[in-house]
Amino acid sequence: MSGSAALLVLADGRFPAGGHAHSGGAEGAVKAGRLRGAGDLEHFCRGRLHTAGLTAAGLAAAAAAGHDPLALDEAADARTPSPALRRTARRLGRQMMRAARATWPSPALDELAAARPKGAHQPVVLGLAARSAGLTPLDAAYAAAYENISGPATAVVRLLSLDPFDATAVLARLAPETEQVAQTAARAADGPVEALPAASAPLLDLVAESHATWPVRLFAS
Amino acid sequence: MHLDHQVTDPERHTHSAPATRADGSRRALRIGLGGPVGSGKTATVAALCRALRDRLSLAVVTNDIYTSEDAAFLLREAVLPPERISAVETGACPHTAIRDDISANLEAVEDLEEAVGPLDLVLVESGGDNLTATFSQGLIDAQIFVIDVAGGDDIPRKGGPGVSTADLLVINKTDLAPYVGSDLEGMARDAKAQRGELPVIFQSLRSEAGVGPVADWAREQLAAWTGGAAPAA
Repeated sequence: MSGSAALLVLADGRFPAGGHAHSGGAEGAVKAGRLRGAGDLEHFCRGRLHTAGLTAAGLAAAAAAGHDPLALDEAADARTPSPALRRTARRLGRQMMRAARATWPSPALDELAAARPKGAHQPVVLGLAARSAGLTPLDAAYAAAYENISGPATAVVRLLSLDPFDATAVLARLAPETEQVAQTAARAADGPVEALPAASAPLLDLVAESHATWPVRLFAS
Repeated sequence: MHLDHQVTDPERHTHSAPATRADGSRRALRIGLGGPVGSGKTATVAALCRALRDRLSLAVVTNDIYTSEDAAFLLREAVLPPERISAVETGACPHTAIRDDISANLEAVEDLEEAVGPLDLVLVESGGDNLTATFSQGLIDAQIFVIDVAGGDDIPRKGGPGVSTADLLVINKTDLAPYVGSDLEGMARDAKAQRGELPVIFQSLRSEAGVGPVADWAREQLAAWTGGAAPAA
């Protein structure tokens, strides 16, 4: 069964799961002067896609494939060294859970919500939501990989008043790589949890820790 | 998930959030306050807290645009203990957080009820926004739109969803009207034309009446809420 339409619903930037308040580290990069225009945005998104994006896509694909969500939640913790990003991931996971239980209710979502009332890691919930929607692990990986770059792109439009056409063109140029990342993640989901991708971007982790202490900021992360 | 519940109060049927908490008890009434930047939303929230806190169990959720200043103001003014005030970050878009994606606000409200509850009333304050900003029915039960006479006396005539559909329109800072040349009677006329029978309160927090009329309105909402439908089984 093709679940393409359900995937569009899940991956829609307007899916009400809290992502709009987060920049994926873009706000910190803008403030540090490393992200100043569309060219920088492409570098930033590419770096994010192949690190945090790949890791998130692997977790989402594994959850969609039916791996134990609690084991995946622990695997996500192990792959998230920054306490600030762990908090963000759980907060967004809780928001994703609320939206998923309203859109594609399932006993598996209810069980995870009961086991992690303050939120499981967002990619795990996203993958389980995809499973509840009848989507495949690859679909879940697509959704996770894409939102890993679409979130920062949207945020940078607001942060820099970047031309929105330029920002969207960046996402389009990254589409082939996004596909590769999603396919790599989906293949990994065939294997054991401990072998899931564990790529990380130390600068994103460091910036996230610093960003969390700012008294004035536009985005929550 | 939206649990259906009986609605017996014919005036109040806009809320779609479940009326009960997970344990089956009735949740707090949620009143949203929106309106343009600088119209006096936070000052009204602070005054409401002072007026109502002795009799009611209150909490406040703020939606700041880029800081936690509104929450900090309420903390500084000590209108409520800090554990009863929660700030939601909105990613520069308060109208998104109160209308299009309410998940963070719902969590803030539920966390407050869990941490300091049971609560009678939760005030959800939007960051200052434009005239089209309204609260989702999935988040709040009634909404107040706050404008002020110094922001231009043509705002009621311009209308927009906030002015024309809010459950209560507060026209604030009436004490400034003589200094900014605002025509209060004209504002009242225009508001009536936009809102029909929906109530309008002219407010000056510096006058003797202060927030009294708005606090009375909030008490009426609460009476209708608690006297309304029994919690769903």
